[in-house]
Amino acid sequence: MPPVIEVRNLHKRYDDKIAVDDVSLTVQEGEIFGILGPNGAGKTTTVECIEGLRMPDRGEIKVLGLDPLRERAELTRRLGVQLQAGHLPERLQVAEALELYSSFYPEPADWRALLEGLGLADKARTRYAKLSGGQKQRLSIALALIGSPRVAILDELTTGLDPQARRDTWDLIESVRSHGVTIVLVTHFMEEAERLCDRLALIDAGRVVMVDTPTGLTERARIGQRIQFRPSRPMDDRLLTSLPDVSGVTRRGELVIVNGNDNALNAVTTVLARNQIVAEQLRVEQASLEDAFVQLTGKRLDPGPR
Amino acid sequence: MSVPRTAAPPVTAARGSATWRLIKTESTLCVRDKVGPLWGIGFPLILLIILGSVSDLRQPVEAGGGLTYFDLYVPVLILFNLAVLATGSLPTTLAGYRENGVLRRMRTTPVGPARVLAAQLVANFAIAVVAMVLFLAAARFGFGVDLPKHLLGFALAWLLAAAALLAIGLLIAALAPGRGPATAIGTVLFFPMMFFAGLWIPIPLMPPLLRNIAHYTPLGAGMRAFQDAFLGHFPSAVPLLTLAAYAVVCAFVAVRWFRWE
Repeated sequence: MPPVIEVRNLHKRYDDKIAVDDVSLTVQEGEIFGILGPNGAGKTTTVECIEGLRMPDRGEIKVLGLDPLRERAELTRRLGVQLQAGHLPERLQVAEALELYSSFYPEPADWRALLEGLGLADKARTRYAKLSGGQKQRLSIALALIGSPRVAILDELTTGLDPQARRDTWDLIESVRSHGVTIVLVTHFMEEAERLCDRLALIDAGRVVMVDTPTGLTERARIGQRIQFRPSRPMDDRLLTSLPDVSGVTRRGELVIVNGNDNALNAVTTVLARNQIVAEQLRVEQASLEDAFVQLTGKRLDPGPR
Repeated sequence: MSVPRTAAPPVTAARGSATWRLIKTESTLCVRDKVGPLWGIGFPLILLIILGSVSDLRQPVEAGGGLTYFDLYVPVLILFNLAVLATGSLPTTLAGYRENGVLRRMRTTPVGPARVLAAQLVANFAIAVVAMVLFLAAARFGFGVDLPKHLLGFALAWLLAAAALLAIGLLIAALAPGRGPATAIGTVLFFPMMFFAGLWIPIPLMPPLLRNIAHYTPLGAGMRAFQDAFLGHFPSAVPLLTLAAYAVVCAFVAVRWFRWE
């Protein structure tokens, strides 16, 4: 099956600043594909070129086999877009916006159901300017899905949403995908990428660092487990540091924190059992995508919304 | 949560064409915006009623071809309406749409931003038609001012004036970098344009130099054409061509320079 989106050697500069140096990626039908990277990495410019909003300086882009610039008319019918800041006239009411946008498409979704699904039903008669940041965000998601698109590109999907609204939105996105819609997600939320994405492209300084599954990325970063417990009786750290699978032991108050590879937990519990020490309040954490990201790019993701 | 893939039948039935919906939406927004209805219709209408009640203004104007001061104010206020829409309502809205990304968002839909622009023009045009009819009717039935004796000539002159003014509004929207500058340019243009329409001194009473300048300003040309039509002549060629020139040149430059974002 041909890929839904194919980007080859995309290059885009603004004046003297290179926004996208060299980006290539392919998105397969039906997947949720994440584009992850710090602010200024070139994520938004990349998707804007895919949407046909910007003209690349070099490189080739095909979306559903269409050229985003030359075959715009056809593309806009099948591609749903949520811009980073979705914008509507201030005095336009929510229901009016949805009704208007649904008239743009040959086979629109039922906007009332979308409104319901995004928890905006009681805001139908509210003007755009009077909506909270999170409500505006949900409306822009609704507008991206209103045309029953085959592909949806969502830029900073849940920025500005509270945790509950964020989880509801993730549910909605998964339900949209289960209808066969391919989704491209631009994000700098690790939790979002880990929860939703089938594959991720890690972009840094205008280049793709790597493309993999969230788990694959974490594994590639070679960070294993972090084990934390309170020993039932005093113990010598050397019991653990001598283990080959353990890379480090630190203490925080009564707690012992052990870093190690994927076998560390096994080794640690065996040694403790042999010494009749019970590991109380035992917690094991897998390295997160966030840790992997720092490891792979040497940078932190911007934790806050723009 | 699930997303039904097709619209329920009543939704489909109620769904008009995109263009028609856009026109309807933009008209609603224009009314909610209040600039057009309040300053473009309400204010000149009140002015008309007040001026119509001043008996001194019922004297014929010297060199006015038999028209009274008040007679001359009726077309002036019709032009006042067009000027408010062209310098206040239209450019501010469009520049705001560009600034807030409304036009950019439209670029990602099958409809595109040009039709938003067209819908805005149609909405403002509709408000102008309502105002013109309302003012003529109020003057006729409230104060006994005769309708333009050459109705066809008046209609043509009004259409050309509306085209010239809306093109000027479009030009402001194209050249202004944002909503603030658009409002500023519009306000600065409004007063001299209204001066040369004869809002403060009727054109026939202006000194010759000012009168000559007035004839080549958009509203002065409009006024001259209206005056001809009110007196029963088909408007002369110079004011009509002046209006047409403003319409064509401004629209051309506006279209060339208009940026969607």
